[in-house]
This record gives sequence, C-alpha cells and structure tokens, in this order.
Amino acid sequence: MIGSPDVVAFTKEDEYGETSPDPWALPKEFSVPLHPPCDSNPWSKTSYAKFTKDFILISEFSEQVGPQPLLTIPDDPKVCGTFDLNYFSLRIMSVDYQASFVGHPPGTGYPRLSFVEDSRVVLGDSKEGAFAYVHHLTLYDLEARGFVRPFCMAYVSADERKIMLQFQELSLRFSQASECLKSGNRRAFAKELQRKLRDLEYTHSVLQREEGLQREAAPQSMYSAHAVEKANELANVEKSIYEHRDLLRQISSYHQRPRRDPNAVTCHKCITECVSECEKLLEKYAKLAKPFTYSDKGEKGEDGQGQIDHEGGEEVDAEDDEGVKRRPSYTPQLIKAKSAKCFDKRLKTLQELCDDTFYNATVELLKDTERCFRGDLSYLHTRRLDRALRKKLRVTNFLFEEDLRDDDEDEGGTLRPFCAVNHAVDNFTLTLNPPPIVLGPEPLELDALEPPDPLDPASETSHTHESELGLVESHLESSPSDQTLETQESSEETKGSFSSDKSGLGQAEGQQNLAMTSEGPDPDSDLTPDPDQNTDLERESSSEDIETTAGEDEGDQTPVSLLEVMSELEGREDECEVVTNGACEVESDLLVPLDTACCMAQEGFLYEASAPETVPRFGQNSNVQHDQTLVVNQEPQALLPLQDDYTVGSSCPESPAAGLELPVGLLGDAVSRTSVEDGSDCTMSASTGSDRAASPLGYGGVVTLRQRKRAGQGALRFVRQYPFAMQALWCLLSGRTLVVLGADEGRVRRLVAALALFVPGPGKCGERVQAWLSCPFTLTDLQRWKLIGLQRVASPVGSSMLYSLSRYSRYISILDADQKTLRCPPYHGQLLANIADHRTYIRRGSTYFLHLQSTLCHLAAKAFLFTFTHHLHLPVSFTEGPEVVEGRRRCFLQEQLGLGEEDSRILLYLSQLITQQYLQPATGSGAAAPCFSFNYTTSVFYKI
Amino acid sequence: NIFWFLSSSVTKSPVLCIGEEQPKNWFTELQVLKGHFDIVRFLVQIDDFSISERCDAADDTVQLIAFSPGARQTGERLQELRGHSQQITAMTTFTCDDGLTSHTSLITASSDRSLSLWDPDTGNRVQTISDLQSSVKCLLVLERLCVWISGGEELCVWNKDFQLQCHKQNHSDTGITALIELPKNCLAAAMDKEIAIYRLTVSTDSSLSVAEIRCLSDHQDQIRSLINVNDGLFASGSHAGELILWDAIDWNILAYEHILWEESQACAQAEIRLAAPKPSEMSIQHLTTNGKLILAAVGSGLYVYSVLSKMVVAYRKVAHDSNVLHTMLLSDSELMSCSEDGSVRMWEIQDLPLPAEPASAGFFGMWTFSRSNKQTGAPIKKVTDVPNIRMLELTGDLIGHSGAVQMFVNFGENGLVTCSADHLLILWKNGERQSHLRSLALFEKLEESGGL
Repeated sequence: MIGSPDVVAFTKEDEYGETSPDPWALPKEFSVPLHPPCDSNPWSKTSYAKFTKDFILISEFSEQVGPQPLLTIPDDPKVCGTFDLNYFSLRIMSVDYQASFVGHPPGTGYPRLSFVEDSRVVLGDSKEGAFAYVHHLTLYDLEARGFVRPFCMAYVSADERKIMLQFQELSLRFSQASECLKSGNRRAFAKELQRKLRDLEYTHSVLQREEGLQREAAPQSMYSAHAVEKANELANVEKSIYEHRDLLRQISSYHQRPRRDPNAVTCHKCITECVSECEKLLEKYAKLAKPFTYSDKGEKGEDGQGQIDHEGGEEVDAEDDEGVKRRPSYTPQLIKAKSAKCFDKRLKTLQELCDDTFYNATVELLKDTERCFRGDLSYLHTRRLDRALRKKLRVTNFLFEEDLRDDDEDEGGTLRPFCAVNHAVDNFTLTLNPPPIVLGPEPLELDALEPPDPLDPASETSHTHESELGLVESHLESSPSDQTLETQESSEETKGSFSSDKSGLGQAEGQQNLAMTSEGPDPDSDLTPDPDQNTDLERESSSEDIETTAGEDEGDQTPVSLLEVMSELEGREDECEVVTNGACEVESDLLVPLDTACCMAQEGFLYEASAPETVPRFGQNSNVQHDQTLVVNQEPQALLPLQDDYTVGSSCPESPAAGLELPVGLLGDAVSRTSVEDGSDCTMSASTGSDRAASPLGYGGVVTLRQRKRAGQGALRFVRQYPFAMQALWCLLSGRTLVVLGADEGRVRRLVAALALFVPGPGKCGERVQAWLSCPFTLTDLQRWKLIGLQRVASPVGSSMLYSLSRYSRYISILDADQKTLRCPPYHGQLLANIADHRTYIRRGSTYFLHLQSTLCHLAAKAFLFTFTHHLHLPVSFTEGPEVVEGRRRCFLQEQLGLGEEDSRILLYLSQLITQQYLQPATGSGAAAPCFSFNYTTSVFYKI
Repeated sequence: NIFWFLSSSVTKSPVLCIGEEQPKNWFTELQVLKGHFDIVRFLVQIDDFSISERCDAADDTVQLIAFSPGARQTGERLQELRGHSQQITAMTTFTCDDGLTSHTSLITASSDRSLSLWDPDTGNRVQTISDLQSSVKCLLVLERLCVWISGGEELCVWNKDFQLQCHKQNHSDTGITALIELPKNCLAAAMDKEIAIYRLTVSTDSSLSVAEIRCLSDHQDQIRSLINVNDGLFASGSHAGELILWDAIDWNILAYEHILWEESQACAQAEIRLAAPKPSEMSIQHLTTNGKLILAAVGSGLYVYSVLSKMVVAYRKVAHDSNVLHTMLLSDSELMSCSEDGSVRMWEIQDLPLPAEPASAGFFGMWTFSRSNKQTGAPIKKVTDVPNIRMLELTGDLIGHSGAVQMFVNFGENGLVTCSADHLLILWKNGERQSHLRSLALFEKLEESGGL
C-alpha cells in the first residue's frame, strides 16, 4: 500500500516544479501533484457546486422536447441535489452534436445513414460550479428524423482539473461505453429494419393482391382514380422497400468504413456476429427482391405470403434464444403509405434503442467508471501511483498486497475492447493494436502528471476477465439447437394460421384480421416487446449477475480510499455527507508527515537509477543494467545510504500510531461506530453465509480489498482483545502455521478472516488460508495452509483431531478461540509491537488496515533488500567461507535492521517466500505449495 | 481439552520424549510427495544423487521421483511404471556395464509371479517374465558376473537378457527370504531357520550352474534378516532374537548373541495376563551395518553390536512406541530408525554422563532389578558387566507420517526420503542448506535474466 494517503501528505513545496537535477529525487510520474497554487484548499471547490459528488449524466436531444436528461449514475436523486439537470442537459447538448445528413445526399437515390464519430468535449458551467466531460454519440432509430437520435454521456464533476487530468481515461471509458451502446443499437436497428421490411413486403403483397383483384373485377377500369392511387401506393411501397434494403446494406457496411476514433475499439466477435447477421438479412431480402412475382390468385398469394412469413419467422428466430416458443411469432403489419412523422408518437427509449444486453452492459460500465473516478484528484492520482508502483514491485507484491488482477492488462497501450456479451474467449487471443491516443496538446501539468501510458483501468477488462467462460460457451452453443427447434414450431404455426384462413381460428388469424381492418400499424405496436426480448432478458439476467459481481469487485479494487469513504458511500448514501466530512478531517490529520520519509527514501533508492521521464519496469531491458548494478554489483557501497534510511525507518515506528489516531469527537465516534457495526456485520454474514470448509477464505474468488479492509476491523479487535496477539501475529509472519480452534464456526471464521491479513503470500484467492475445517488435518494440509480454522468437536472425530493437533504440535501454533489461549513459541521482539499494541488508539478497522499495510509494506521492502543483496548470501571473495557470509547476514539483520533473533525469523521467512516466488513465478500461487520449513523450538502457553 | 491431551502424550513415555527443542535435528524443511495409493514399502536409490525410487507394494505401481541436488530438488514424479497386476515383492537396480556406458535399470518382482525389467529413463518395460512357478521374494544382482538371482521357492539365475541360466529347487516350504553374495562366487540364502550356501560355477562354455554346498541350521527360529558385514563376515538375525555372526569364507559361527529383553516380562507381568507377550518383541526386524558396528532393530528397541569387540556397545530397549522397521547407521556414533509408530528417530551413541553410577539412569535401575529377578543369559551379563557401555541418546525425531514408516533412504546432505503406510513419501531436507541453495539459484537467475 504504497500509495496510501499518508504518502500524499509528503510533499515539499520547494521541490515542485524543479527540473530535478537531483539524482535521488523521484521520477516525475511518481511525484505527488500539488494543489494548484491558486486555491490552497482542494476541498473548497466543491463548496459552491450544487451536488456533492461526481456523477454521470446521460442526456438526449429529443426531437420532440429538446434536450432532456435521461438518467444519472448513480441513479439516485440525492446525487445531484439541487443541481438542475434539465438546464445542464441543455448546456451540454447544445455544445456539439454533429449535423447529420438527412434525406438524400447528392449522388444517391436513397436516404443515407450518417456514420458519425463520437465527439468529446470538456465544458464547464462556472456559475453552477459544474464541469463535465461530454461524450456525444448518435444512435440509429428508424422512426427518428434522419434516422438518428443524438445522445450524450457526461461525467459531471465540480472539479475542472479532475476532468482535465483524467481526460484520457474518461475518453477511453466513455468510448467503450459508447461503442457498446452503438453496437447494441446497430443490432436493434437491423432488427427493426427487418421487421419493417417484412411489413413492407406484406403490405406490398396485399396491395398487389388488391390490385390484381381489382384488375380481375374490372379490367377496363385500369386507369380509374382508385387504381391509380393503388398503383402509386404500390410504387411507394416498392420504393420504400428499396430504401430500407439499402439502409440495411448501409448498416451492415458500418464496420468497413475507417474509424478515425482510436478509442473506438469493439469486440471483434460482436462485430463479426453483427455483420454476418446483417448479411444474412441482406441476402434474404435480396432473394425476395422480386415481390412482383407473387401470384395474382388470392389463395396462392396467401400461400406465398405464408411462405414468406415462414422464412421471416425463421430469420427472427435465428436471432433468438430459447423462450420464443411460448410466443406467437411476429405478425407482419400493414403499413400506411404515409409514414407517421408526427409529434405525438412515442420515441423509443434508450433501452429500446439498444439491445437490452448492451444497454445494461453499458450502464454497468458507466457505473464502474463512476466508481472508478470517485474521490478527488489527489486520491485518484495516489491510487494510480500506487498501482503503477505496485506493478513495478512484482517481486514482493504477492506478500501482502491484494492482487491487482491486471496481469493480462495491456502493457503497451493495447486496449481490450469492452464486450457486452462477454466474448472473452476470443478477446484473449485478439491482439488489438490501436494507435496510441493522440490528443491535442494538453496543459503543461497534464503532461507532467499523466503517466506515460494511458492506464487502461482494470475495471473494464475485469468484466471480460471475470466472465465465466462456461456461461459464454453454453450461450453460444445453445443458440443453434434452439434455432432449429423454434424454426419448426414457428413455421408450423404460421402455416396453420395462414392456410386455415376460413376457419378463423388462431390468434395470428385474429391479429391479421385486426391489422387488415385497422388503419395501419399502430406506431406503438413496434414497441411491444418483440419476441426475442424475453430471451434477451434471460441472457441478460445471467450476464448481469456477472457484471454486478464484477462491478462490486471492482469497487473493492479501489485501493484504500480516504479511509473508507468509498465503501461508506457505496454502502449508504444517506451518511455520505457525514462520512465525507469525517474523512476530510481524517485526511487533514493525515497531512502530518509521518514515517513516509523512509518510504520515500526507499523508493528513491529503488528508482534512483532510472531516468525521470521513463518508468522503470522490472524485466524491461532498458533498465536492466541499472537495476542490476544497483542491486548486485555495487555493494556494499550501494547500501550505505539505504542503511541510513533504514535506521531512520526503524526509529519511527511509534509515530504513525499517534498520527493515525482518529479525531475523537461526536462525528468521529459516530463514524467509527457505524463502521464498526458495518464491518462486523459484513464479516459475520460473509463468513457464516458461505458454506463448506473446502472453500478458501475468498470463497473461491479473489480476496478483494474490501474484504481485507473489513478484516482490518476484525484484526484490530483481535489485537485489542488478546494480549498475546503479538505472538500470534509473529507466528503467522514467521511462517508457522496457526490453527484457530473453536466450536463456533462464525467466530472462528471471523478470526481467520482477520488473521488472514497477516499471512504473507496468502495467494490470489487465499489458498494458503483455510477458514473452517471440521476434519483432522494432515501434514499435507500443513504444508498447504498457513492459517487454519479448526472445528472443536466433542466426539471421536474430535479426539482424532486432537490427536493430529498434538502429533503435529511442533509445526503449529494453536489459538484457542473459546478459551482464549495461545500455544506457540515465545516471542519477545519489538518489530510487531507497532501493529499489535493492544492499547492502540486506532479505533477504526480501515485505519488499522492502512497502518498495518504500511508496516507490512515496510517489512516486505526490508525482505526484498535482504533477499537481493548479493553479499549477504554469497561470499565476496574466494577466501571467505560460508561462516563469514553467515556472520555478515546476521550482522545485517541485527545491526543494520535492528532485528532480534525472533524478528529476524520474520524477515527470513519473507525472504524465503520472495526467493521461491522469484524462482518459480509462473506456476501460480496455488499450484505448487512451497516447501514447508519449520524449526524445533519449544512452545509456551499464553493465557489472557 | 487439547492441552491436556498434549501434556498427556508427553507424560506417556517420558524417557523417549525429546520435546520440541531439537538443536541437533537439522531436518528443518519437508516436502510431501504424493502419488501412491497404497502402502509404500520399498525405496531404492537409482542414481547416486539424482533419483530415488519408490515402490508401491500394493497398488502395483512403481514411481520414480526426481530428486536432483541443489535448489531444483523438485520431488516431481518422473515416471510411473505400471504393469504388475499384484503387489510388488522385491525390487533392485541392475547396472550393466558394457565397457563404455553403464546403464541402470530396475528389476521388480511381484506376487503375480512375474519379473520385469524397466528402463527408468523412459518408463518402458524392457523385459518381462511371467508364469513363474512361485512368486519371487528377493533379488540379488551379481554385477561381477553380470547375472542376477531371484529367490523364492526356487533359486533362479538369470543373465542380463532375462534368460534363465540355471535354477535350483528348494525343499523348504517358506522359500528363500533373503539372499546375499559371499566371496568365491558363493551365495547365502535364508530359508526359514536355515542358511543355505550355494556356489555358482562358470563352466568353460560360460554356462552357469548352481549347487548347494552347505546348510547352516543354527538358528532356533525363522531368519528375519541376513546381511553382509564386511568381506569376511556376514550376520543373520532371527525372530527369536538370535544374532549370529558368520565367517564368510568357511561359514563358521564367530559370535552368537541372544538378545532377550526379559525385563519387559518382569516389569510387565501384570500386563502379560492381559495380553500374551508378543514374540515380535525380540524379533530382529532389521539389521544394518557399517562394517564395524551392527545395528539390530529388535522389537521396538535398538541394539548396537560391535563387530570388533563382539559385544553390545549400546542399546535402547524402547526406542519407539512400536516395532522398528528400518534402521541406518549414519556414522559410528549416529543412527536413525523408523518404526510402525510413524516416526523417524535419530540417535547418538553417547558416553554415559556418569559411568561410575549406572544406577543413576532410570533405565539401568530397571535393568538391574530385572536382572536379579530372572534368568541370566550370557549376553545380558556381558551388557551389564561391560563398564564402558554407552547410551543411545535421542537427538531428534521426524514426525510427519500418519502411518507406519516403512523405510527410508538417506541422501546425505541432500536429505532423507521416508516412505510410509499412509501412501506418502516425505522428503526431509536441511532447511538452512536449502535456503542457501535457493539463494544461489536466485542470484543465478538474476544474472541470467540480467536483473530484476
């Protein structure tokens, strides 16, 4: 947790802005942005905005009522407060939306769809105190003017700088959302066109039949006014058919045109699916391009109609999944010659314009975006810094940091397209290489502060990443089989309804009659849920589950917020004000520089050799030499400054406790109390809710930051409650398996969840932790698990369990949760006094968690140093024997790191883990359990 | 209460509990090797340091595990040799030196009355012989003659191509249970209570013949163990606790030692009524030697016999909670034993702290009591009368297996492999050394990859 807020606090005014000639200074991208000098209080900005936090607004320029807000994310009226959304919609929609061609551009005979690129602007309303990144996009609607519906999505914030500085990411994310909406829209549009075409074909055939009847009845009246009118109508319909067919062609050619927008990356699978769908349609309607071949005979015409409809039905069903069987297939409607372009018709909603799947995916994506951009600029920056740093520290990250889950994230600026239907499988193999985003020249600070590569936030990738491949596959598999089934059924149905004309039975018949007699299609009839919506819903619900879980995880991904502001906000919007205020206070408290000096110094050491403008990346060739010389060859001189830093570092462990102390007052108490309740409840439910013991701590999933933060509360309680907490923590940190023995599953699980924070290298899903075990464990289990929750049972099973406990007692420490005793080797060190002080003043779990993370990070850094310092493990000269090296190692641990025998054991264990991880990083944490080390020491018995 | 339980296990055998503080025990790292599905009975070392062989006696498979020295001691499964349909009864390596290269292969014998030759590199079954008259119980390779001998109800001599050279039917019901090589192309085969001496003759047309030339029937009970001590000696141990040292040339008895733990009968007379005394209490389960000392596993006790002085130098009547199954002499003063109780124990032969007051040790107090109580055997007298008898001091134990530890193979500083009835193998290593090796590997990799 390098980027926890206390690092933010460490900024020196005078250093900022210098073109650092100081080789010890941090590279620019790791330096911390200062508040712009004009306003010293970064929180003052929000004061005059009428909303309390950022939100996303989706607006539409309705052709009927003008600009109107459609939805806000989060979808809560409290979010925007008294802020006038209508007015703001007007503002943002009036800025730019591109003029689209309407009607017939010269050179073509048919109306053209305009393929408009999205536009992105930042605009502000200083009076309202609102600034927005606005992303305009157009969607296609057959009934709209020029077939386009302009929309915009806006990220509204009170902080202009935040928007400016996050422009690239915002643009990226909104482009993804826009692409998602648009691809859904194209599908829906094609579907609508298809429906319309079928209507037109049907109308055409009906007209033809009428005309033929007329001609048969009175051939002489060929040129009567009525006949002429009919002929005109027929011609109109034909023209309309051609027009629509052309539209269909256009929409299917959408993907072939060059995209100027580098952010617009869509899932290739989606594209090919859509294209093939459209092409199928095109092909079909090209086949039917001769509507004049219909027989004049009414009977035959109807048969032909039935045939057509049969095919049409097939096509509809081809796109559908299961569930259509219950519904009558689509019945073509007669279309009035004049299309209804009136203002009283109901425009389609955004959801109807896009496929439901895509709409919901977009909303999720935007929700995610909103979540991702929560917090103020410094927080965002710190988080990014934290991520960037942690990405570099892959060697030690596995110890205590939660998994970043960005292993497959783009390294060189490639974007993973967001895909609404989770075409994850194919996307993994895709190598998309869009050109780097080139924006106009940015303001100076932007360049300076922006990391060199556009960080593709892990969130959108996590959707595909998280998606269950099985689900996708089953979905993909299921469709063809269903298709054939439904084809049969629907064809039978339609045949029946049309051939048994006289019988007058059947719903389709009735509807048909109704349509015949009515004045033309009700504009709303198109809006009645079309047959495949149900399947969409079903598919949706399943995929939505994934999305939401992914979204939650994503929320957890946000590294330590301003002391849980984020999670609090997520949890209860009601208290958001209180919490924010509380957080502000905390934050300002945190501004006191703490032991960050040593952190910074370490970083300075580690990154000292790299040029300021390039991010050093382990494993990259450019910095290899530097790093190597830094770590390996330059000793022992290279260590000298660092050792000084370490003495500084080890001398200040007392200060953070004081510094992180919460403001004690009404507010602070209230906040802490709620968080206490919250935390305990959550851990409770999370623990008891989950089932079998075999599941790891994370219940099969990745242990998220939120879980860890909640565990922080439990850990704090443990530390405060048990005077021998330090010994227990020492066991965990020095690699001795700790068995938590108890009769109450909830209590044991809570304890385990809390203590899991201290398990070094717990694995991505907490594989090294077993929350609840109700059978005797074996040596293999001990090798695998470092923390075990064991059920105490009074039965034969229990006695065999006790037997295993006593048999393996030399390898384990036993924490009895019921009797509050601990049996473990004695620990008298000082290293853990900092985090295991049972008289700590820390009240909040998240504060403690931060504190803990900082201490553990410190430990990990020391272990890293110890592991990779050449002369501590290898002789410097040939004359040196192993005992000299051993002595040097001991001296380093004792004299320079100031660690006693027992504290050294922690470091040795961490170092051992680092070594093993480094030697076999690819095998994954769960695959090969590292060898199991132990030592033979006597245990002592601690009681409260 | 768990802690009560812990302490009770401690008080149960106070003499033998070493506790958790074991400064001399350097096995501070372990690795569990899984793969077998039944009791693992044999371990055979194939390469000098690189491969250990484990055999699963009951689920018919032999598995090879990599065990290369250095940091890459992966303990990974290299091959699985499948082919036998019943449990494997004997296993040995067979190195045939054809002048340029020597290739080690593996011979296995199974209860399905078949013999197989395996190539450990590929896992292929190179040769196999089935439908033997009886199942083979022991195997002996005579590398000098490039032949190997299988012993069961009949004694068969095979060449390296699995061709039967000659065979000899036995009259004993039990068949040959152990085979050792003696000088002058002789073999000693243990059959029930007798030791038969065979001689192999290579005739001019290079055909082999085997003839029984002597039968030694001095043991009172079934011979359990038969080993070569050095060039001139071999030893045999019987179920009744007789240890006989033989001259390897003229097959005379050099020494006769009858190990009797009669104090157990004395002390446990109350218990005798409850349970009949187990004959296995004095059965010599296993003999091992380093040429100077013979270590006998007698019941659950250990017994160190000096070849030179022909007397007992150290012993421990209750070395384990249950029968000792396998022993090893690490050096002249260190030894190791494993037992049915699931533990491996390391011992050191130490001088008594106060040799002038043998009664001060609790064990010897018991000893004298029992001695005065009952029969006086020659070896017992010897034991007590010898002033410089030393102690077997427990220096450490390895606890990990949950079943009887059948056998172990020592790889020196590379570690120790134990196999057990709990289907597992455990690789015990020196944690410090491993850590050092890993550190070396780390810097090696660092150098290879050119930095972090």
